[in-house]
Amino acid sequence: MELEQTLPILLGLAWITPLFSFVAILFFGPRMGTHGKNAASVATAAIVCSFVFSLSALLMWIGVHGMSGGSHGSHHVLLTDSQTVLVAGSAQWNLADHQASGSEDASEAVHPAHDADAAGVQPEDAHNLHHSPDSSDSHGAGAHVPISYSGDWYTLFKVGSLELTIGWYIDALTLLMFVVVSLIASCIHIYATGYMHDELHEVIDHEVHLVAGGHLHRPGRFSRFFQSLSLFCFSMFGIVIAGNLAMIFIFWELVGICSWFLIGFYYERKTASNAANKAFILNRVGDFGMLIGLMALWGALGTFRFADSVTMSLDDGKPVVAKGLFNLVRPAENDHQLIVPDGMVKASASGEIAGIMIEHATRPRDGESELKSRISQWRSDGLGSWLLIVAGLGIFCGCVGKSAQVPLHVWLPDAMEGPTPVSALVHSATMVAAGVYLVGRLYPILAPEVLLVIAYIGMITLVIAATIAMVATDIKRVLAYSTISQLGYMMLALGVGGWVAGLFHLITHAFFKSLLFLCSGSVIHACHTNDMRRMGGLAKVMPWTAGAMLIGCLAIIGAGIPFVIGFSGYYSKDAILAQSLSFVQNNPSHQILFLAAAAGASLTAFYMFRLWYMTFAGEPRDHHVAEHAHESPLIMVAPLVVLSFFAVVAGWSFSGEGGLTGLLEQARPAGTSEGASHGLLQVSLMIPAEHESHQGAVHRSATLVAFTTAALGLLAATSLYLWKFVSVELLSRMFGPLVIFLSKSWYFDELYSFLFMKPVLLVSSLASGTDRHAIDRFVDGIAWCARRLAVFDDWIDRFVVDGVVNATAHATWNIGLKMRDFQTGKVRQYVMFIVIGTIALFVLASMLWNSTIAG
Amino acid sequence: MNFFNILAEPVGVSHYLLVGAVLFTAGVVCMVIKRNALGVLMGIELVLNGANINFIAFGSPVLRGESTVSIGLDGQAIALFVILLAAAEAAVALAITLNFYNNHATVDVDRAEDLKG
Repeated sequence: MELEQTLPILLGLAWITPLFSFVAILFFGPRMGTHGKNAASVATAAIVCSFVFSLSALLMWIGVHGMSGGSHGSHHVLLTDSQTVLVAGSAQWNLADHQASGSEDASEAVHPAHDADAAGVQPEDAHNLHHSPDSSDSHGAGAHVPISYSGDWYTLFKVGSLELTIGWYIDALTLLMFVVVSLIASCIHIYATGYMHDELHEVIDHEVHLVAGGHLHRPGRFSRFFQSLSLFCFSMFGIVIAGNLAMIFIFWELVGICSWFLIGFYYERKTASNAANKAFILNRVGDFGMLIGLMALWGALGTFRFADSVTMSLDDGKPVVAKGLFNLVRPAENDHQLIVPDGMVKASASGEIAGIMIEHATRPRDGESELKSRISQWRSDGLGSWLLIVAGLGIFCGCVGKSAQVPLHVWLPDAMEGPTPVSALVHSATMVAAGVYLVGRLYPILAPEVLLVIAYIGMITLVIAATIAMVATDIKRVLAYSTISQLGYMMLALGVGGWVAGLFHLITHAFFKSLLFLCSGSVIHACHTNDMRRMGGLAKVMPWTAGAMLIGCLAIIGAGIPFVIGFSGYYSKDAILAQSLSFVQNNPSHQILFLAAAAGASLTAFYMFRLWYMTFAGEPRDHHVAEHAHESPLIMVAPLVVLSFFAVVAGWSFSGEGGLTGLLEQARPAGTSEGASHGLLQVSLMIPAEHESHQGAVHRSATLVAFTTAALGLLAATSLYLWKFVSVELLSRMFGPLVIFLSKSWYFDELYSFLFMKPVLLVSSLASGTDRHAIDRFVDGIAWCARRLAVFDDWIDRFVVDGVVNATAHATWNIGLKMRDFQTGKVRQYVMFIVIGTIALFVLASMLWNSTIAG
Repeated sequence: MNFFNILAEPVGVSHYLLVGAVLFTAGVVCMVIKRNALGVLMGIELVLNGANINFIAFGSPVLRGESTVSIGLDGQAIALFVILLAAAEAAVALAITLNFYNNHATVDVDRAEDLKG
């Protein structure tokens, strides 16, 4: 089968399998084995299936497209040429298929519609099977076009040209994300089977103190945990495979709710439920911005689709190409360079357009032609640029929330309240990766100004988080701040034009951060405490965990022999630093971006090895903890070994151009390989081409800087925590206020509490006071009056109305009693009555006769 | 006195009426004062016959002094009805009396108090 038919099926299966597992555990979870023991097997089987599907999809891709990337080498050009022909042919196949079936729903378009456009293949031309497009110019400078396939499974609704669909957009990035997410999730599922075994029977939660005294006893929630994990994986796959922004938003929110389930897994603990709410609410803040961005795109461009879509026209049966977001913002006619799309220009110039339309009211055709001629004029006047920037910034807001960037980063350290496997999943491959992934996915539509904002946000985030990590004492919090810091690196990389560098770091980081979290989980499992000050000397009792964690630490600090070989982080961090250096060389006013990144590398090395030394090296500080510690069971160590392997080799490239970077290079958005020579509004802003940072002096100096800074950090940590040249207590006394400032996390929580929570609480207490003292009083008063009135009414009813009725009845009764006396039963008396009555009648009649008739 | 002039007049309707009234009154008085049920029944018969005399008197054209108006039998017909009814009524009343006697061993109407309210 052809690749464009197979990949959606494989990835669709990989996507949907965890959903089946979720549904199965949802309905039958507690009945799966004793206490739901087999739920873990179901969920693990599902995610391993996903991994197998994803991996086979990736291997098929590599089989067709190779592992080398981009626009280097003549071999690749030849390969892509043949691919273009193939694509043109299969496009024809698809179109014919649709003509036959008459279905307009599953519009499977093959994209390189970019490719086809660039190569001069109009969809009509695709009818000619033997047409061999001259694609030489498609691989000219700056016109590299990624190979991608897109289409729709299901249309949610369609109104005119507007439609929302459940569809796919598959390129090398999608495939890589699928493999990485499913691989890490598989490891975490297996690990969690061991880690969560406490939940199999009744749990005594020692952190919940009941009012009645004692601790909370509750039934285990083993199956529930795996149910949420499955849904989480399903949601993350949904984001990765999504073919349009609306679908991304749907699964974006699903990821949010899953994180809420999982962070709040121990929801009886006040801290856990607060942390879950905090994560959810801060994400809503970001999503509000994202909605604004979505509205800007939808309102101005009328589509959420990434790629172009080909549908059959109902009138003449010819294919109609509806442009997707990527092609609208970077049209093929413009050599895939960023321009403000017509829709946004028109939206900004609505006043002028109305004027023109009124002017040509009688001949609308003239008006439209004048409109067309004026659009380029308006565009060069800068109309619509702001709309594009707002759209980009809005969507980045969502990513700030999800990827825990300053200022919405405060939820992530609190999210450590969840079980450790969840922390590993949330902080490596899924939730926080979603934000970086979305920036990477929407990279073509982000204006240089937006990228600059992203770079600065990333820079601030990485420095702030790294400094906090230096003084944190909770082992998971160190890792949490480390995650934030590394996410800052990714955002910085994307912002300074390092598309491959940012996403490369996302993937390598996913491996070593999940490894680090699982190791910390293993430590916590053994020590039953998160506090590093009570650990120490654990390397002897848990050698496997210590070794794996050492590998993770080396990977995250980017250890390696310069220019020769290194851990995965060595390659990705070097790429980021090189791109930052290249950026600041082109934009000297933004020097701080590189300096902060270099300083961050040093801080990273310091806090990671501080963690390792405090936990594993030296003598045990708390003998109770040390005696209790033990190596974790095989089911928890095995995933550590697997992840360690990938933490080491993920960055390696095979046979020259191959490897992760090569694959990522294949997915590089069209027109971004040469960077941008100027911004939309800020002419001096220049985004350098990424391949420039791979070579020559830039790369050399960046590598040396990275090595030196990391070595300095490592040296500082070693001399303070291993060799103990200087007492740490003495240092913290010397820098007392600074240490307190850092250990309070720069007072962000307090600041937000002061800025947002306090005012909100004040307003709410005011509102509740108004409610209680004014509105409630008023309502109560009305109710009191009504009650009084009812009492009065009751009295009237009881005494007046009932009284009249009762009196009548009483009188009737009494008259009856009196009349009874006449009924003597004596016949003779009756006769007397008759006689007397007759006589009386006669007397009366004779008396009245005269007065009435005669008188 | 007007009342006594009647004796001086030739026999007419008023004389009959007088006799009827005397009979009626006598019957009523008899009904009232007799405790014996048979006496009461006799009183009833007197009352009916007093009424009958009135019908006869008013029904007679000779007595009315008119010779042409009616077929002259309306009063008499009603009187015949009354006699018939009196006979039927006497039969029913005697049956009731007999039953009463069987039940109470007396025919004293004052003892028949079961209808007392």
